[in-house]
Amino acid sequence: MRQLCKGNVAIVKGAILAGCRSFYGYPITPASEITEAAALYIPQVGGTFLQAESEVAAINMVYGAAAAGARVMTASSGPGLSLMQEGISYIAGAELPCVIVDVVRGGPGLGNIAPEQSDYFAMVKGGGHGNYHNLVLAPASVQEMADLTTLAFELADKYRNPAIVLADGFIGQMMEPLELEYRESAPPEKPWAVKGTPETQKNLISSIYLEPDDLEDHQRKLEAKYKRAQQTEPRWELYDTGDADILLVGYGITSRILRSAVEAARSQGQRVGLFRPITLWPFPSEALVKAASTVREVLVVELSNGQMVEDVRLALNGKVPVEFYGRTGGNVPSVEEIHADVLARMSVMFEREMLGRMMPVQ
Amino acid sequence: MSQDSKAMVKEAEAPAGYETVHAKSPVFYDIYERKAELKNQTHYCPGCGHGVAHKLIAEAIEDLGLQNRTIFVSPVGCSVFAYYYFDVGNVQAAHGRAPACATAIKRTCPEKIVISYQGDGDLAAIGTAEIVHAANRGEKIAVFFVNNAIYGMTGGQMAPTTLVGQKSTTSPWGRRPVNEGYPLHMAELLSTLEAPAYVERVALCDNKNIMKARRAIRRALENQRDGVGFSFVEILSPCPTIWGKEPVDARRWVLEKLVPAFPLNVFRDRKLDTSPSTMPPQRTVTDVLEISAKDESAQRVAVQHPHHFREYTIKVAGFGGQGVLLLGQLLTEMGMREGLEVSWLPSYGPEMRSGSAHCHVCLSKERIGSPLISHPDVLIAMNEISLRKFASQVVPGGVILYNRERLPADFALPQARVICIPASEIADKLGSTKVTNIVLMGALLEETECLLPDTAMSVLETKIKKLDLLEIDRQALAAGRNFIDSHVRVGAVSQPDGFAY
Ligand SMILES: Cc1ncc(C[n+]2csc(CCOP(=O)(O)OP(=O)(O)O)c2C)c(N)n1
Ligand code: SF4
Repeated sequence: MRQLCKGNVAIVKGAILAGCRSFYGYPITPASEITEAAALYIPQVGGTFLQAESEVAAINMVYGAAAAGARVMTASSGPGLSLMQEGISYIAGAELPCVIVDVVRGGPGLGNIAPEQSDYFAMVKGGGHGNYHNLVLAPASVQEMADLTTLAFELADKYRNPAIVLADGFIGQMMEPLELEYRESAPPEKPWAVKGTPETQKNLISSIYLEPDDLEDHQRKLEAKYKRAQQTEPRWELYDTGDADILLVGYGITSRILRSAVEAARSQGQRVGLFRPITLWPFPSEALVKAASTVREVLVVELSNGQMVEDVRLALNGKVPVEFYGRTGGNVPSVEEIHADVLARMSVMFEREMLGRMMPVQ
Repeated sequence: MSQDSKAMVKEAEAPAGYETVHAKSPVFYDIYERKAELKNQTHYCPGCGHGVAHKLIAEAIEDLGLQNRTIFVSPVGCSVFAYYYFDVGNVQAAHGRAPACATAIKRTCPEKIVISYQGDGDLAAIGTAEIVHAANRGEKIAVFFVNNAIYGMTGGQMAPTTLVGQKSTTSPWGRRPVNEGYPLHMAELLSTLEAPAYVERVALCDNKNIMKARRAIRRALENQRDGVGFSFVEILSPCPTIWGKEPVDARRWVLEKLVPAFPLNVFRDRKLDTSPSTMPPQRTVTDVLEISAKDESAQRVAVQHPHHFREYTIKVAGFGGQGVLLLGQLLTEMGMREGLEVSWLPSYGPEMRSGSAHCHVCLSKERIGSPLISHPDVLIAMNEISLRKFASQVVPGGVILYNRERLPADFALPQARVICIPASEIADKLGSTKVTNIVLMGALLEETECLLPDTAMSVLETKIKKLDLLEIDRQALAAGRNFIDSHVRVGAVSQPDGFAY
């Protein structure tokens, strides 16, 4: 049965379906509805909700709950995520599974509360200290806010790693139909957790490795885990890419606008396609290379000054020209704006081609 | 040399095979396997208070039979490696955050014994917020606060508890209150809070006081075993190495300098709080997530509506409080119930504060791309500002519903068709200005036939539980529809009073 649901609320519903019964958070626009929904729902299904004194405390509560074996989450937006970075690094170092939601708003500093995608670097590239990666999922609809949150819990447990749901102000505030199906969630056994039982008495949750060789070994182990994730977890979506001349690349809310831009272009006979990364880490590089193998140009669109575009360039490694179109400050490009930009690029592209053909052969 | 320190020396000196004066508690590992080298001895300096505090805690855990239920949270500081020694569940936490970490461990495992063990830098500087709030929430944990008036691990920097005049590497001329303020009294500070059950300060300075410390530590753990509440023991503790003193002199310094500055006292000692606490209602997951089957019938729509569009977009705009966002949500819900793909995107944030609000509603037969609408098919302008701001965005041939009897005199007519409807006045007459948005909804449905009035009523019925309010809504919906019927269809009012084509 479909229910009309806000993106932020869908996150909590997806979490509860995944068996999450612990939430520690601190309010911030545009993520507060997550904390509010958690406060309302989680205690009613027998779970723990606590409003922490800060995001610093919240993430360390997440650390504690995860150490004790709970499926646990927190949610915030840019400034809160900045405060959480130390804790996320500890969580990654101690290999604790948890889910962290970032409903991205405008930055840097206090910025504003309108949507941006400017936390890509902070979430996808790490942000905290040390060698580690977060698993990062980017929902583009209310349904995916729930589904990818559920998936985030599964991946977090599978890899014993923090998983981030990277949304934006619009996806968080939007309402769309949400279809949920009840199923028994079965969080895996966590024999490594510290539960205050005779069986777990010898367990230790820590990220300290005093001896350089030990720390190096630990990091190699992490690295191997990240490699495995890179091989099996990339997720993406293609739209009309088959015969595209220009391939648009965008995630989250931007991908929705790009989808409409593709439709607008196609309705006028222009061959434009869309590649939407669903996992931002691991980045679906191979799939992108494949999708871009026959296009003439790739246009990356982000609500940032150009962050994901670096991963696109790395993936394509000079094989195709990669251009960038960004809006920031809470400005979101309109479909018409993107379509016009695509048209302009196409005409330059064709003009160049015509000129090339007309050049006398030496 | 006092009796006690002789015993200490003996114990420290006794290598394997020698007579042991004090047996090691089985709560300690026999051999410290987690330590890289010298696995038979601790990493603490001779005479360090941490060793004594560890011993007292281990013995209390042993005596109370709590070993296989205990979770020990080690901080960052000299005791960061407490997990080398304690044969209990161990969690190492970030600098200062042990109380937050312990909070969540305890809430995850309420029956277990959770200990947060922290130094003065950890607890009274970087982790001040965490300890104050854990105490203020009355977390049922035990906190052992080792106050040695200095940062040990990082090599002797000033702590918040460093005495006035005491030299450290970061207060090279002695702590000067004008520059660094005064020593922080955590036990006193926490005992100003209502929630803590037990707060005591003890000192590891001589036998008598060590026995008091032993009792306090035991007490804190008993409290937790019995579910009494937040227990905090501040332990004044020697750090001979950084203080540059012999172990015995360091103990004396605790007695002579630290104790006068940090008076020993039981600041709080409360029995089990038995006042009843309210529990939230418990419901099933399917109920809480609203995915139980029983709602299904309410949402089924009897009539299939052959929507005349592939995609239809509506922008609703007005002041906050006019029900702008709600009207959008209702339309979205109706679209969903009629089997369409739908999206609702609100304006949020600073714009809302200044009093204006708008939202985008998208109804579609196919998967919706952008939920942002640059050119709506319909604008519902609930005030003049919205009309002026958004009228030009409406597609040529689109519809503008304007909540007034007539257009502003200087208003340049857009390419869309404008219908003026005094919805607020109609709503007032029905007895509630609040249903202005429903009057406009009636007008929208009648004029554009984008969704069915029946669906509107079925949505309103599920949203509005009070029957008298529902009745007003029903009338408002009808009034909006009638207005269109009698005015547009009959053409009773001519432009520019009512309509502008
Ligand atoms: C975020 C952060 N800042 C600084 C440090 C460095 N640091 C480690 S321990 C410590 C102070 C320890 O002093 P205290 O808590 O009094 O414990 P002691 O070593 O005296 O037992 C500091 C500043 C750190 N580990 N993390
Ligand atoms: S430096 Fe001080 S606190 Fe640290 S182990 Fe040595 S004596 Fe103990």
